[in-house]
Amino acid sequence: MNQPGMKITGAQALIKSLEMEGVEVVFGLPGGCILPAYDPLLDSTIRHILVRHEQGAGHMAEGYAHVSGRPGVALVTSGPAATNMVTPLMDAYMDSIPMVCITGQVPTTAIGTDAFQECDTVGITRSCTKHNELVMTAQDLPMAVRQAFHIATTGRPGPTLIDVPKDVLTNMMEWYWPTDDEVAASLPGYRPNTKGHPRMIKEAAKLILESERPILYAGGGILKARAAEALRELAELTDIHVVTTLMARGAFPDSHPLCLGMPGMHGNATAITAMQKSDLLINLGARFDDRITGKVSGFAPEAKVIHVDIDPAEQGKVRRPDVPIVGDAKYCIEEIIKAIKDLLAAGSVQADTGAWKSRISGWREQFPLSYEPSEPGEALKPQFCLEQLRDNAPAGTILVSGVGQHQMWSSQYWHFEEPYTWVNSGGLGTMGFSVPAAIGAKVAHPDKTVWAIDGDGCFQMTAQELVTAAVERIPVKIAILNNSYLGMVRQWQEMFYDERYSEVYLSPDVPNFVMWAEAMGCVGIRVDSPEEVQPAIEKANSINDRPVVIDFRVDAREKVFPMVPAGFSNDDVLLPAAQEERRSALR
Amino acid sequence: MSTPHHTQSNVTNHHILSVLVQNRPGVLARVAGLFARRDFNIFSLAVAPAEEDGFSRITIVVDVESTPLEQITKQLFKLIEVVKISELDPRRSVERELLLATVRATPEQRGQVVELANIFEGKILAVGVEAITVSLDGHPDKLDDFEELLSGYGIVELQRTGRVALPKLDREARLRAVSNKQGKAG
Repeated sequence: MNQPGMKITGAQALIKSLEMEGVEVVFGLPGGCILPAYDPLLDSTIRHILVRHEQGAGHMAEGYAHVSGRPGVALVTSGPAATNMVTPLMDAYMDSIPMVCITGQVPTTAIGTDAFQECDTVGITRSCTKHNELVMTAQDLPMAVRQAFHIATTGRPGPTLIDVPKDVLTNMMEWYWPTDDEVAASLPGYRPNTKGHPRMIKEAAKLILESERPILYAGGGILKARAAEALRELAELTDIHVVTTLMARGAFPDSHPLCLGMPGMHGNATAITAMQKSDLLINLGARFDDRITGKVSGFAPEAKVIHVDIDPAEQGKVRRPDVPIVGDAKYCIEEIIKAIKDLLAAGSVQADTGAWKSRISGWREQFPLSYEPSEPGEALKPQFCLEQLRDNAPAGTILVSGVGQHQMWSSQYWHFEEPYTWVNSGGLGTMGFSVPAAIGAKVAHPDKTVWAIDGDGCFQMTAQELVTAAVERIPVKIAILNNSYLGMVRQWQEMFYDERYSEVYLSPDVPNFVMWAEAMGCVGIRVDSPEEVQPAIEKANSINDRPVVIDFRVDAREKVFPMVPAGFSNDDVLLPAAQEERRSALR
Repeated sequence: MSTPHHTQSNVTNHHILSVLVQNRPGVLARVAGLFARRDFNIFSLAVAPAEEDGFSRITIVVDVESTPLEQITKQLFKLIEVVKISELDPRRSVERELLLATVRATPEQRGQVVELANIFEGKILAVGVEAITVSLDGHPDKLDDFEELLSGYGIVELQRTGRVALPKLDREARLRAVSNKQGKAG
């Protein structure tokens, strides 16, 4: 055991600090400058998962954090390893994922000399981390680790990075572990506000009771704040419908009568229109992303806005709120509930929302998500594959997705019933996210089934991490919706570039995904026709000793609908062909 | 008639942010990077250690034509090392800037330039055969006037420091301090 004052190396201090932070798993890949840290790792209780590419380590750490709420940790060397981490760091920053990345650096004496595998890691990652730090002495390591975890996990969560020169790892230091007070004192400029302003909370409660067309607009902040139960209580108390953004899928059960599902560019027509026609948007931990608002000037023109966000900079960034509330979503929702109950107890009466609710149910009836099922002999429909995956999935299955058409279909067609069962790259839109993120999720929850839905384009970016999964015995399941195209780009070229397909066709037979899967130590299954879908899924679900990859050969002509074209107002949502004739009912 | 610098103080509603930061490596890069990344414009910037050990004060004059000041301060406040941001109302703060200029001046013109410097209460720092180096510290508007008059002789080299400012010591001093006691960005 390392007692305070005991002399140990910086490397030992680093690993000890990770243990003290409660880290159980580290995703990483060793190399020159980080080498000293890998020696004490051998004696540590921390599990290390050896990735095949540093980007994989980053996305695994993200997937782990997504489903567990605990910070994911990545450990890599200097130079190219650090630059390979840029994508996952930015991804985590955009989606507010708590993550701590530790990079090796050339020795302090070599910094600035263009040494082998040197790069300006803190400079490069400054704008894609919540905070980063170059640690210049071994004695500073425990404090740097504590600060990194504290900053990553509090306030609006995000990625942090510690850059550690090789001699800092080999030098001796006197072990200590900073107290909470010492950490706070070392960060005088960091005091996240979690308690919403009481006057604003009262104002919000009043507006909610006065509104005739309210909508609860739930974002990823609900999940970060672990506020799903509070959200449900608020929705049920006020009988107000909930839309769940791409980042909030699972924060409110899809089967709940008040759940309208996903709004936005590929949201369903009811969720889009309900926001658009609302007189009060109650934004809980969302950020008026451009994929939600469409053309901002035409977005929800009659709505007042209550905006609960822990990040003050989100208030008024896109849409000026009538009631800004800076604070933790769980705390603020619970306080709003109390304030509403107080108002009701004092004799206030909630406005009549009956007419609004019947409009909403009218839209739901007339504009369900739909696609044309394939006729016998026709190509497989990707939505059908998703429905089958969904209906055969064990309870509690975690769904992970890449980026593109398959991501939108996943969000649309899956039924999310529990929080932390959906992992995707929302803000950055990182193709290749799903395979490593699924591995990270499975590491956090080995007892849960983890299905990754991927496209053939995405899969080819990070598939090599399935080698990691096979070797480390992390049995994730991957469903490739393979249309031989960069599908979403193809869709845009079809719709907005006169069907001039430019560089979107991949290949119908290269690579051979089944052989590739087998080569990586996975089970590979190919599915061409609808009858093969269910048996393949059942087989995949029954395999638990290695990863499985199903190559679903799907119809390349299939497009994601509804769609609000970029730059258009949500009023101009494009509906599936069969629903266009009744679009006048979206009033 | 205006020099490029002249537009600077002509923006009557320019905003001055006095930003107290932890004096740590890279903090200036973080502040500058934030302005670049979010497409905010800086008119001028001055940095030096503050009264308390371990802290620096950065005085930034910002262009609020392009971005609302509120978004700039909120984003700045998210930087971990930013401890306090005060917006200084130009009407209720004292502002100073230093100007150094080398001006073309033949022996015949030298007297005129010296006279000009004296009127502005500037200083003569060096004299050459065909040029003269002067300095002036004062309110940036005064520096603008001085610079404009000097330009008639031909400015060879010019360096201004960018403004620094503190709130006026009167009762009405309006100091909008977003103190970290009220909580800050996460």
